Amino acid sequence: MLAQEMNSEIVASSGWFLDHAWVIPIIPAVAFVLIIFFGKKLPMKGSELGVFSMLASLVFAGGAAWQWIQRVNSVVDVAHDAVKEGAYHAAPYVEPVIREWTWWQSGGFHFGIGQHIDGLALTLLVVVAFISSLVQIYSLEYLRGDRRYTHFFAALTLFSAGMLCMVLAPNMVQLILGWEIMGLCSFMLIGHWWEEEANSRAALKAFFTVRVGDVGLLIGTGILFFSANSWTQENLGVSGFNISGLSAWAMSGEASSSALTWGAVALFIACIGKSGQFPLHTWLPDAMAGPTPVSSLLHSSTMVVAGVFLVARVYPVFWEGMKIGDTNINFIVLIGGITIVIAALLAFVQNDIKKVLAYSTVSQLGYMMMGLGAGAWLPAVFHIFTHAFFKACLFLAAGSVSHSGSHHSFDMKKDMGGLAKKMPITATTWIISTLALTGVFPLAGFFSKDEIIDNVGYGGYNAFMIVGLSGAFLTAAYMTRATYLTFFGKARGAAAGEHHDEHDAHADAHDSHDAHAAHDAHDSHDAHGADHGPHESPKLITVPLMILAALALVAGLSNATPFGESWERFKKYVEPSAEYVAIESHMATGPGEAIIVPQQNTTAEGGEGKYDKGCAVVAPEAGMACYFPTVKHAPFKWSKAALSLIIVAVGLISSWMFCVQYYTRRNKRLVGLTERSKVLRGGYAFLWNKYYLDALYEKVIVRSIAHPIAAAAAWVNQNILDGIVNGVGKVSRRVAGWVYRNIDQRVVDGAVNGSGAAARGTGGALRPVQSGKVNQYGALLFAAAAIGALILVIINT
Amino acid sequence: MLTTQFLLLGAVLFCIGVYGVLARKNAVMVLMSIELILNSVNINLLAFSVRHGSVDGNTFALYIIAIAAAEVGVGLAMVLLIYRNRRTIALDDLSEMKG
Repeated sequence: MLAQEMNSEIVASSGWFLDHAWVIPIIPAVAFVLIIFFGKKLPMKGSELGVFSMLASLVFAGGAAWQWIQRVNSVVDVAHDAVKEGAYHAAPYVEPVIREWTWWQSGGFHFGIGQHIDGLALTLLVVVAFISSLVQIYSLEYLRGDRRYTHFFAALTLFSAGMLCMVLAPNMVQLILGWEIMGLCSFMLIGHWWEEEANSRAALKAFFTVRVGDVGLLIGTGILFFSANSWTQENLGVSGFNISGLSAWAMSGEASSSALTWGAVALFIACIGKSGQFPLHTWLPDAMAGPTPVSSLLHSSTMVVAGVFLVARVYPVFWEGMKIGDTNINFIVLIGGITIVIAALLAFVQNDIKKVLAYSTVSQLGYMMMGLGAGAWLPAVFHIFTHAFFKACLFLAAGSVSHSGSHHSFDMKKDMGGLAKKMPITATTWIISTLALTGVFPLAGFFSKDEIIDNVGYGGYNAFMIVGLSGAFLTAAYMTRATYLTFFGKARGAAAGEHHDEHDAHADAHDSHDAHAAHDAHDSHDAHGADHGPHESPKLITVPLMILAALALVAGLSNATPFGESWERFKKYVEPSAEYVAIESHMATGPGEAIIVPQQNTTAEGGEGKYDKGCAVVAPEAGMACYFPTVKHAPFKWSKAALSLIIVAVGLISSWMFCVQYYTRRNKRLVGLTERSKVLRGGYAFLWNKYYLDALYEKVIVRSIAHPIAAAAAWVNQNILDGIVNGVGKVSRRVAGWVYRNIDQRVVDGAVNGSGAAARGTGGALRPVQSGKVNQYGALLFAAAAIGALILVIINT
Repeated sequence: MLTTQFLLLGAVLFCIGVYGVLARKNAVMVLMSIELILNSVNINLLAFSVRHGSVDGNTFALYIIAIAAAEVGVGLAMVLLIYRNRRTIALDDLSEMKG
């Protein structure tokens, strides 16, 4: 029976949607062109094309996901007996549906374009298409009457096309293409209201900060291509750009370890930029200058996870390059851990509701990176999935508050408070998402974040488990603060129906010019137009909120480890197999058509001791390839979960008490601070009083805690990075210092300065030649021609 | 050889043209000198064409004549505009290109 199973060829099912997944990014790309050229003439100014294209992409992505599930089932269920008998080290390998065509070629290099569909790609495809659809529907209302309404939808649609293109990239070239499209759209959308200088500056900052990292992407791709190309051509018949080729190369045991390390470091620098990791996280909070739907889609749930996705996509390269399998601290886990704490601390000192969420996003991205760096691949990817829902929901709720509750302000201190009664739907969705984000059982965040923390500890990174737990505490605390300020306590400013006729210099008063006027006109049609106070948002805003909140409630159940193996659907359908694969088995067959799963590994150990053999533990034999390392999965224990739940509960309760305390204290200090009361118009001095306390708070926290931590972190980072690179910690630092002093300062700077001086000197010397007289120019021309002719004659004779 | 004399003629014309371009102050005269240079090149091409028994040189010469016509058209238009604006076409007075 066993032998029969082992030698039989298992044919994986495929389907139209799987084979044609490349259509998914094409739809929004086409829609983008149509919106740009014909959008303004359409009845809904082009927005209908955007919404429609995203819904179509969602249908295609959903169909492909469904067929992928069928495909995995068709392999796993057939191989079930063989798995039980221990013929496999890991889950049976399900071949991704890869198709590739030549996009362009140059000097013998072929650059492909196509699709690489597996569980990871499909997860992201579905999430991106889904969130994009909801955000576009939301934007119909949120940006109604905006002066660049059509362009907004065009850019949003192009962004989705770029992200989808990157997600299903079969090679690094297409990945870079999608990556850059996203960077461009991010720039356009952050600077959507570019009339205000702060916005265009934020857009530039985002673009340039990410560009700094992007250099790493190009360098890393180059390093990997030139080191991997000959191996992949010889063994797999694909180029060194190919993602599965790179994975197999990295796991083959034949790859040069320095190339892997340097390639992984360079790629990770790109991820630091894109995913807002420390120290390049600074652009993300500034990116909140864009319209709220943009923050929701690009800067929380989808685009910023591109860096995390890149690490997850070519995970074997990072696994081998960063030695993730060891329990030593590596670059990824370190950056992730630092980011969690740094960003969470900064979230405490923000008055702008969107900036709190922005720092929260940075912190959550830190969790994902930390998970990936510690070998917790699946929980990290699962966190991308759940985080997308609740963070998009939080941002859209913040937008809803600003749209209908706080008169286009995002300032929690000035214009919010007590909105829970006025905006019940927004408040409910916000609170559900907050609880999901903080990781309260049984909401989405619990199943993903707790798994990351648990697996980081299980992978041997104990220190980082503590970082993760303290991050969970901080998350609970700052989110409670934001919730309290927004929805509870006394209504302030615009939330109390107060009109700011003169808007102060607050950065987020952006939509208060044109959009403001449009909003007023819009409101006057409503029944409650007269009082213009806070009210619940219209259906186009609340329905996406409700859908996302519902998903924040239940999305975690798609990989609910506490409930046993049958609930771990993500593990079954998304995690790639760490099984040895015979190369011939999938070389011969056409893409997406069929796969064969031959197994000769009868030596495999069954049961718990599986980790002593398998990909990344023992290199594959000739003719076999590995596409994914053997990652450990922490067995779920309620005792460990209880610890983090208690920490979260302590964070929630203590922060709540603190907020209430603050509130009462503020009341006592009502009198005597009238200096700025005119700004707040009519006796809201207590608000300013609170602001005053916060200024102190800000100084205490940021100056005395965050800055030294940041400095210390930078120092450690510098150390460890050098340590990995050179293999020896302290010596390399001295070498680096010497290189800096002598080579960089003297040679490189000297060369730069020298060439500058030389250029200036020659410029001065040649200045008289530029007399402006045509005849003299002619004389020079003929003299040069004569000299040239003379040389020609001399050479030829 | 006959062609040698053609080549010599071309060289003489070229030198006269270069002298004109360099020495003349009047923009129209400079343009005319440029025409001389171009035609010396034409003669050169034709001479070699005859010598090698190939028709390529003739073809090039025809092209050059066409382009020279266009070039002179543009050049004279510029001279005309300069004259309208400045009431002079002396090249010494036109030193806006001074660096």
